[in-house]
Formats: sequence, structure tokens, C-alpha cells
Amino acid sequence: MATETVVNDPIHQFRLHSLFDLFSVGGHQISFTNSALFMGLIVLFITGFLLMAASKAAMVPGRLQSIGEMWYSMIHNMVNNVLGEEGKAFFPLVFSLFSFVLIANMFGMFPYFFTVTSHVIVTASLALFVVGLVVVVGIYKHGLGWFKLFVPHGVPIVILPIISVIEIISFLSRPISLGLRLFGNILAGHIVLKVFAGFVVSMIAAGGIIAVSSVLSLGMAVALTALEFLVAFLQAFVFAILTCVYLNDALHPSH
Amino acid sequence: MATTETTESTGAEGGHESGVFPPLDATSFPSQLFWLVIFFGALYLLMSRMVLPKLGAILTKRKAQMDGDIARAQALKDETEAAVKHYEKALGDAKANANDIARDTKAKVTAEIDGEQSVLDGELSKKIKDAEARVAKAKAKAMESVESIAGESAADIVASLTGGKTTKVAVAKAIAGIKR
Repeated sequence: MATETVVNDPIHQFRLHSLFDLFSVGGHQISFTNSALFMGLIVLFITGFLLMAASKAAMVPGRLQSIGEMWYSMIHNMVNNVLGEEGKAFFPLVFSLFSFVLIANMFGMFPYFFTVTSHVIVTASLALFVVGLVVVVGIYKHGLGWFKLFVPHGVPIVILPIISVIEIISFLSRPISLGLRLFGNILAGHIVLKVFAGFVVSMIAAGGIIAVSSVLSLGMAVALTALEFLVAFLQAFVFAILTCVYLNDALHPSH
Repeated sequence: MATTETTESTGAEGGHESGVFPPLDATSFPSQLFWLVIFFGALYLLMSRMVLPKLGAILTKRKAQMDGDIARAQALKDETEAAVKHYEKALGDAKANANDIARDTKAKVTAEIDGEQSVLDGELSKKIKDAEARVAKAKAKAMESVESIAGESAADIVASLTGGKTTKVAVAKAIAGIKR
């Protein structure tokens, strides 16, 4: 791939390439791709960082340990506030989801790094997993009574069927909204960022007054970078808190 | 949005690869899903088995330490307050005691002084009485002596005047007569 294509093509950053092929299942080639490499790096980074943060176990935390504790406490409080005492079992899951999405998004902010969460299969799988877990845990804990979730209390019998249909549709749209929100935000952000950064290069290449005004495009790219860092954190946070809210339906279906 | 990007991508690449917008390329899904399951599973296990218990233990330990410290501080504070109360009570008691002792001592000393005073007064008045008695006795004795001296003198005078002798009895009779 020529360098020029890399500069001008905002889609190039999402391209997967196989680092080595493993095996094929039912005609589908399973390969270790750049995406898989970055997934591995994400896991390594999270584990390594948090283990380092916890290694001293000081009574008065240092900088690294403070970050680790804040990271832990934020999700711990979130799970506690939304799910209550019974939600303790889901804390490692919510923590893993948040950390995975957060570090995937943050890694995506580095040039030449692959953004794992910019692929819909990753975000949609995580979202489907969460909603699937809600159904499984809900039925496991409450049996068929869990389906009362779709039959709200105190609704007149006449409009109950309509409400139930709406509730079911809203429930089924959860994995779509949860997965697409993250995917869309990261994808769009990266494309826009790349487009503005690409403008800088093309405008300078054009020369003259256009080259001077490329400063505007550069400013925009800088501002968008800051915004993308915010979005990277915010989307991870939103993903985690929505996971908690959905899991709450599994634990306490009567609302 | 995705579709427009797809056409752009296809245009830019000119059918370089599959020509599908990469994030929506279904041929890459099995690989990604495979590795996602492996790596997310690994992350979950690492977090739940290793990392989170460690971080949780640090926070729990700190909380326990702080709670313990606060409880100990409260206990010490209570102890101090009790000690202050005890001290104030002791001080009050001591003050009351001191007052009592002072009052008692004063009363005792006053009584002693009064007693000694009265003893002294008695002794003095007795001495005065004795002295007065002695004086009266001496006076009486002196008067008697005066009588006998007067008798002797009178006898001497009579003797020297008359040249005769007088008996003591006669003189005493005479003096007694005068005295009477």
C-alpha cells in the first residue's frame, strides 16, 4: 500500500490484515490479525498496569496506585449504586468491559494503532453478550416471572398489549443501541479526525493561500483529538453504566 | 453513514482488496469474534482472579485501618473526657475537704485558745487571791508585831519615864484597852 493512500484514505486505519493464518472452521479462515494483536496488547496493558498499581499496596497510595484505586472504585461504586449488594458478582464483568472498551478506545488515539472498538463485530458481540447475560440471569433468578419485566404494573388492561410490545421492542433494541453507539462514536470520530488531518497535508501540498489556511484544519484536528479523548472515556463509561442498568433488570425485574 | 463510507472506500481503493468497508466486512468477523472471546475471557479471568482481589484488598485494608484508627481516637477521646471529669470531681472533693479541715482546725484552735485562756485566767485569779491572802496575813502579822512593839516600846518608855518595871501583861492589857 503506497504512503499516499495511507495519508488520503480515512478508511485505511480500519483495515484488517492477517499477521498469520491459523486454521479454518466451516470455510471461515481464523487468522491472527492486527485487531487480535491489539486485543492482546489491551489485555496485557490493563493487567500489567493494574498489577503494577497494586504491587506496593501502600497504605498511602502513590500516583500509580491512586489511578488504579480510582479505576477500581469508580466501577465498584457504579455497580454498587445501580445493582446494590446482589450486583457484587457482576463487578468483575463490568470492570472488564469498561477497562477493555476504555483501553481499546485510548489505544485508538495513538497514530498507527489499531482501534479494536471501531469494528462493529467487537462492539456488537460485547453488547449481545451483555443483553444475553441479562436474559439468562433474569430467568435463572426469577424463573418465568422475569418476563413480568415486559408487563409493567398499573397499566390499564386495554393498552397493556401495546405497552408490552413496545417494552419487548425496546428490550430487543438494547444490544443494537449499546453496540452501535460505541462503534459509531469511535468510527465517526476516527474518520473525521483522519479527514481533517488529511486536509492539512493536501492543503499544504496545494501551496499558496490554501497552504496558509491549512492552519485552520490543523486547529480543528487538534480540537477533535481532545474531543476524541473525551469520547473515548465517555463511551467506555456509558457502556459500563448501561451494562449495569440492563443487569439491574435481570436482578430486579419489577420496575 | 456506513454506506457512503463504503462507496468512498471502494472508490479510493479501486477494488484493491475486497472493496467492502472494513468494519462491516463479514469475512473478518469469525477471526475477530474468535480472538475477542479468547482475549476478553482472559481479561475477565485475570481481573476477577488476580487484579481485582488485590486492589480490593488494599482498599479494604485501608478502610479497616481508618475505621480502627477513628474508633481508637474516639475511645481515647472518651477516656480523656472521663479523666477530665474525674479530675474535676477530685478537685471539687479536695476543695470541700480543705474547707472542712480549715473550719475544723479553726474551731479546734479557737477552743484550745479559749481553754488555755480560761485555765490561765483561773490560775491568775488564784495567784491574785493567794497574793491577797498573803498580803492580808502579812498585814495582820505586821499589826500584831506593831502591838508587841508598841507594848515593848510602851514598857520601855514607862520604864525610862518612871524607872519602874512593868509587866508585859499589864502593858498588853493597857494596849488592848487603848485599842478598844
